[in-house]
Amino acid sequence: MTWDQGLHGAVVSLDAPAAGGVTRELTYLEAIRDGMRFMMRQDPAVVLMGEDIGVYGGAFKVTQGLIDEFGADRVIDTPMAELAMIYAAIGLSFQGIRPVVEMQFADFISTGFDAIVQFAATNHYRWGQPVPMTIRAPGAGGLRAGPFHSQSNEAWFVHTPGLKVVAPSTPADARGLLISAIRDPNPVIYYETKYLYRSLKGPVPDGDQAVPIGQAALRRTGEELALITYGAMVQECLNAAATLEREGHSVEVLDLRTLKPLDEAAILASARKTGKVLIVHEANRTCGVGSEVAALIAAGAFEYLDGPISRLAGPDTPVPYSPPLEDVHRPAAQAILRAARDLLAY
Amino acid sequence: MELTDNLLREAHYWMRLTRALDDRGTFLHKQSRIIGGFFSQIGHEAISVAAAMTLERDDVCAPMHRDLGAYLVRGMHPRRILAQFLGRATGVSGGRDANMHGMGDMSLGIIGFISHLPASIGVTAGVAQAFKLKGEPRVALAFFGDGGASQGLAHETLNWAAVFQLPVVFICENNQYAYSTPLTRQMRIEHIADRAAGYGMPGLVVDGNDFGAVYQATYEAVARARAGGGPTLIEGKTMRMRGHAIHDNMAYVPPELLATWSARDPLVRLELLLRERGLLTNTSLEELRTRIEHELDEAQAFAEASPYPEGSSVTERVYAQ
Repeated sequence: MTWDQGLHGAVVSLDAPAAGGVTRELTYLEAIRDGMRFMMRQDPAVVLMGEDIGVYGGAFKVTQGLIDEFGADRVIDTPMAELAMIYAAIGLSFQGIRPVVEMQFADFISTGFDAIVQFAATNHYRWGQPVPMTIRAPGAGGLRAGPFHSQSNEAWFVHTPGLKVVAPSTPADARGLLISAIRDPNPVIYYETKYLYRSLKGPVPDGDQAVPIGQAALRRTGEELALITYGAMVQECLNAAATLEREGHSVEVLDLRTLKPLDEAAILASARKTGKVLIVHEANRTCGVGSEVAALIAAGAFEYLDGPISRLAGPDTPVPYSPPLEDVHRPAAQAILRAARDLLAY
Repeated sequence: MELTDNLLREAHYWMRLTRALDDRGTFLHKQSRIIGGFFSQIGHEAISVAAAMTLERDDVCAPMHRDLGAYLVRGMHPRRILAQFLGRATGVSGGRDANMHGMGDMSLGIIGFISHLPASIGVTAGVAQAFKLKGEPRVALAFFGDGGASQGLAHETLNWAAVFQLPVVFICENNQYAYSTPLTRQMRIEHIADRAAGYGMPGLVVDGNDFGAVYQATYEAVARARAGGGPTLIEGKTMRMRGHAIHDNMAYVPPELLATWSARDPLVRLELLLRERGLLTNTSLEELRTRIEHELDEAQAFAEASPYPEGSSVTERVYAQ
């Protein structure tokens, strides 16, 4: 058993996309593993590092079986030392290795903070040496995992020049963005959502199907209101939009997918088209990704707005453990509905 | 490893060049031509030059701000270094990073350091890990200090290198002070190298102002690493003979301590050895000094004639394409 097993209701299945080629039905977790496997087969320079990722298969079993196919030299179990791990990954990248580092939980990424924000993020700017490195950060809440296993700390890295930050919300994107992250010549923080590991299934195209970093995806089109979101909140927003449609409202859902660099064109297009924007994320409100999205819209779509740019975010508290507390902390379809109805009525 | 005449002559050139370039930097700072900070490495010539000279061309090292000698030995031209100090486009970082920071160039096997010491030792361990994964007989060498030794990363990295038996050599330059903080405020033990036992790697203490002692200890450690014998921690006892940076008059250092270490000047000691072997005379020393001053005149002229980076380029190079 892992942390997230047994906590979900029915598994959500996504409809097949229009893309051609062979697709398979994978969970979000399987899609991440499949992305790693695909890249490791394609590029012998791709190496995984992390705690308990080899023989044990990872705390969430994301890397399960990979050591059997690729061996202990490419699926490296490490000491419990995130700082040394990320620094070592930088050194590996200097010698042509493409390290993919697993943080057991996104929360623990703080122990490797210097290596990411001081060294990796600045290196190309300072002396021109790229740092191609992917850090997988299993983040966000909803799993009754408490303050140190539920954080959505992506804003720390969105604020840091030199990093890229992605946050896939579907199995296909989980695989496709991981491929792009590993190929990118820059350090990429890859936020995977633990809540979706086993609760979300969807069609995943086979083969070399990279999802470009920096492109948002319009998950649903609408005319009256845009819900702009990412990660596990995409499903919550889609549920809310479906309910609102039954109430006669046309609501669109923009999935940011990449948090740095933001897809400014897609954000502005949604805001200009609908005139009303509700930004939704699990991360705390203050200086969260939503703050930047709101600022972009205020500057670039002001004359199109028919209501205040609104945010629904986790409150500025640690993520609490007890269900009644966490359920208030984490935005869900009901909270989104309330905020959306307020804005629609504005 | 025998200290041959040729080896000592070569070391002498690098150590003289290191000190002269250091003096030149101090001079340019006093003239306000170098702005910002300047870090003198006086006292560190033997340890940085000796350690770097044990490496092969394909090896990699990570010098710090008092390892000017290592940059020079690895082939970084004084032109690029002075242009870096002057913030010019032709400097190692193109004006992006300050003074000794960020003077990396992987084509020379040099990792640029950041202020967050001892960050580079972790990166160097990763470079060594790549060598090992790829089965290449190469070695990585990292410098850190008595201050950096107190950081958690020092523990994480030494342990990491030992667990993976990486081909890496750690040189701890114990120069008595981290900024104003003396050793007694860093640790309760006499030798940082004693910690090596706790990681399961050899730990050695050497006289960091004795070129031969540093060279021989490092040479053996590098050979062991290259042969698959894993990492070594070498602590070189030395003294920072100037302030932390040029603004710092280091009034906190007892004068008698400085006097003790002045009498152990690494350059004077190497020159004494050279004279004993008949490899150095007053005349040949004067010739060498003149030659080096000419080299530095030329380097300074290059740096001062170099353009500053365009202000409009400030957003360039944040990301690799």
